[in-house]
Amino acid sequence: MIESALCGMGTCFQCVPRRACMERIPSWVGAGHPADVMIVGAGPAGIAAAVHAAEAGRRVVVLDSAQRPGGQIWRHRDRRALPRAAVRWLERFDRCGAELVPGAEVVDASAFGGRAVVLATGARERYLPFPGWTLPGVIGIGGAQALLKNGAADFAGQRVVLGGSGPLMLTVAAALARVGARIVLVAEQASAGCMARFAAGLWRTPGRMLDAIAYRSAFVGAPFRPGTWVTRVSVSRSGLEVALSDGQRVSCDVLCTGYGLVPSTELARLAGCATRDGAVVVDERQVTSVPGIFCAGEPTGIGGVDAALVEGAIAGRAAAGVALSRDLSAARARHREFAQRLDTAFAIRPEVRALAEAETIVCRCEGVPYGALDPAWTPRQAKLYTRIGMGPCQGRVCGPIMECLRGWPPDTPRPPIFPTPVRAFL
Amino acid sequence: MTDVIVVGAGIIGAACAYYLAQEGLSVTVLEAEFAGAGTTAAGMGHVVVFDDDPLSAYSQKLLWSLAPPDVGLDRCGTLWVAETPDQLSMIGGELLDEKALREAEPALRPGLAGALLVRSDGVVYQPALTRWLLAGLPVKEHTRVERLDGLKADVIVNATGAWAPALTPGLPIIPRKGHLIVTDRVPGLCRHQVAELGYMQSAKTLGDACVAFNVQPRSTGQVLIGSSRELVGWDASINRDVLGRMVRRAVEFMPALAGVTALRVWTGFRPATPDHRPYIGAWPATPGLWIAAGHEGLGITMALGTGRLLTDLILGRPPAIDPAPYSPARI
Repeated sequence: MIESALCGMGTCFQCVPRRACMERIPSWVGAGHPADVMIVGAGPAGIAAAVHAAEAGRRVVVLDSAQRPGGQIWRHRDRRALPRAAVRWLERFDRCGAELVPGAEVVDASAFGGRAVVLATGARERYLPFPGWTLPGVIGIGGAQALLKNGAADFAGQRVVLGGSGPLMLTVAAALARVGARIVLVAEQASAGCMARFAAGLWRTPGRMLDAIAYRSAFVGAPFRPGTWVTRVSVSRSGLEVALSDGQRVSCDVLCTGYGLVPSTELARLAGCATRDGAVVVDERQVTSVPGIFCAGEPTGIGGVDAALVEGAIAGRAAAGVALSRDLSAARARHREFAQRLDTAFAIRPEVRALAEAETIVCRCEGVPYGALDPAWTPRQAKLYTRIGMGPCQGRVCGPIMECLRGWPPDTPRPPIFPTPVRAFL
Repeated sequence: MTDVIVVGAGIIGAACAYYLAQEGLSVTVLEAEFAGAGTTAAGMGHVVVFDDDPLSAYSQKLLWSLAPPDVGLDRCGTLWVAETPDQLSMIGGELLDEKALREAEPALRPGLAGALLVRSDGVVYQPALTRWLLAGLPVKEHTRVERLDGLKADVIVNATGAWAPALTPGLPIIPRKGHLIVTDRVPGLCRHQVAELGYMQSAKTLGDACVAFNVQPRSTGQVLIGSSRELVGWDASINRDVLGRMVRRAVEFMPALAGVTALRVWTGFRPATPDHRPYIGAWPATPGLWIAAGHEGLGITMALGTGRLLTDLILGRPPAIDPAPYSPARI
């Protein structure tokens, strides 16, 4: 297990050495390249955009910080482990003629130039602090998944508790069970009622999603407890002791936690694109408020892989100057509605926002406890006085936490938007 | 009613308020944003003595004797690095030859002529020092002062730095932009504050954009990399060209910096004056109005000295250093 790893995808900078969770540390680019369409991110949205733009005859370059295309969701060492639809997209991407530049982290928007740019920068996990959440053995839910895909951690025989929120939890529980982990418990903070209403709206078949959850839960052999959340974790003789909101306590070796996803909008905001409620504002052709800059997938609002594929296809076609089909537009509307329902179903309850105690660390990079933050301070004031958000993750972990706990707006991004070797400025 | 209103809770205003309150005066500080939010937030926090400036030495002595706790004080010393022997021959003090310099600061490139070591210099985390100076004083934050003539106090101090001319027209202070880079933690890479001798020249001109090598070890193990100087009004955007020149200069002197990870880049505005000296003293045109502004890049260094000097002048006591070079009457 990587020491103190949290995110598993190179954003939290908590592993030792830093970013050990990445296969290779990416190189950093200002993004100059002679292409008609530049795409940042090779996840589903970026892949769909690249495929559609390249198949329309445009010269396309795709930049991604990882070594392989696929984004967080499809970045498997072994493509055979992927769903068939994913393999088809990846193979189509391989053939389409778009140039992939792996290991390239775009840290500045200054070199976008006059070309069409599609920002498909994905999302990262939202963590919420509770006493003990910085202990070794507490990792992200998406983080565990990323470590699994990279083959970077061995969970065989480990007792795992998953506590958090969102549809990702059961997927990860199942994946962990497949590699031999013993899933002790899956605690979902959303109530059964919330999820049932979500499911009802989706398929007009009440309970279908709950059935699915029950099925998958049985499949991993673990109890699924909706309306329950982790209130505290501590070290005990038998590993980690996890206290739950229902008063129960369970022991485990690994606690996976995460409260849904946060759109990664730093690059878009650096380029001047407007955002609303944490997501990049786009029109029906995925055009942002900056002409020539398109945005697709999670940065425009968490919607999942199907929404990302549709939005990527629209963005790729629009960036290439190709007409959009009515099917794509209809699918886009459907997925947006789904995203809205997802948001409502898994809305974070107030009790979960109130778990941090005065000593609970909120900024892991700089070790800032929650109690050090005077509620009267502005975010910038707190940053200057306590160093919150000044560490290498540049507020990617504590920013969404403080947004959730105190309603802080996101910090204004400045280049470089990821820590960058000094030589990159030469 | 308060005796004194200090406008501006940067480190200069904080130091003035601190010493005035020490004398038993009732002091209120008004601040447009929050304590230390302006130039103070953006700077390096160096406490360096310039041998031709008595205020810097006076101020430094005050800080070291006050020695506030938990403000990141580190008396790391400054190395003024000479590239050529004739540069070295122009300065006096504790001189290190090439070999001694390599031992003192191994990350510097070989082949430098030597350096002047100023052991008394150091660094401080200036937002913390500003807050320490203001502790217990009434500070009205988020209170923007539009005009001074509406304020009711016997003594008004304009300590708003680069923003001072807006309140006191005729003060020839202009914003002089600088860039800074902060690196990830690299303990031991850089042991002293290190600057090229050319830094002084770059500080003492007022022309086109210029850069000079200046790095500083922080108590966190991080390194601050500077410096640049530009006159571009209040445009706070990062100038990639100037940043590139600044980094090239830094890497020329300290090649290992190229591989160090930069966490953030930001800009700030120094309050620059035509003769590179601050204005400290009575504003001749307005009885009761005092100025403490225009320290350019030496505000942290000169803060305590400025506060003491201004307090002595307000109370009509003989100050410890000659106030004439800093008098606003010289404008």
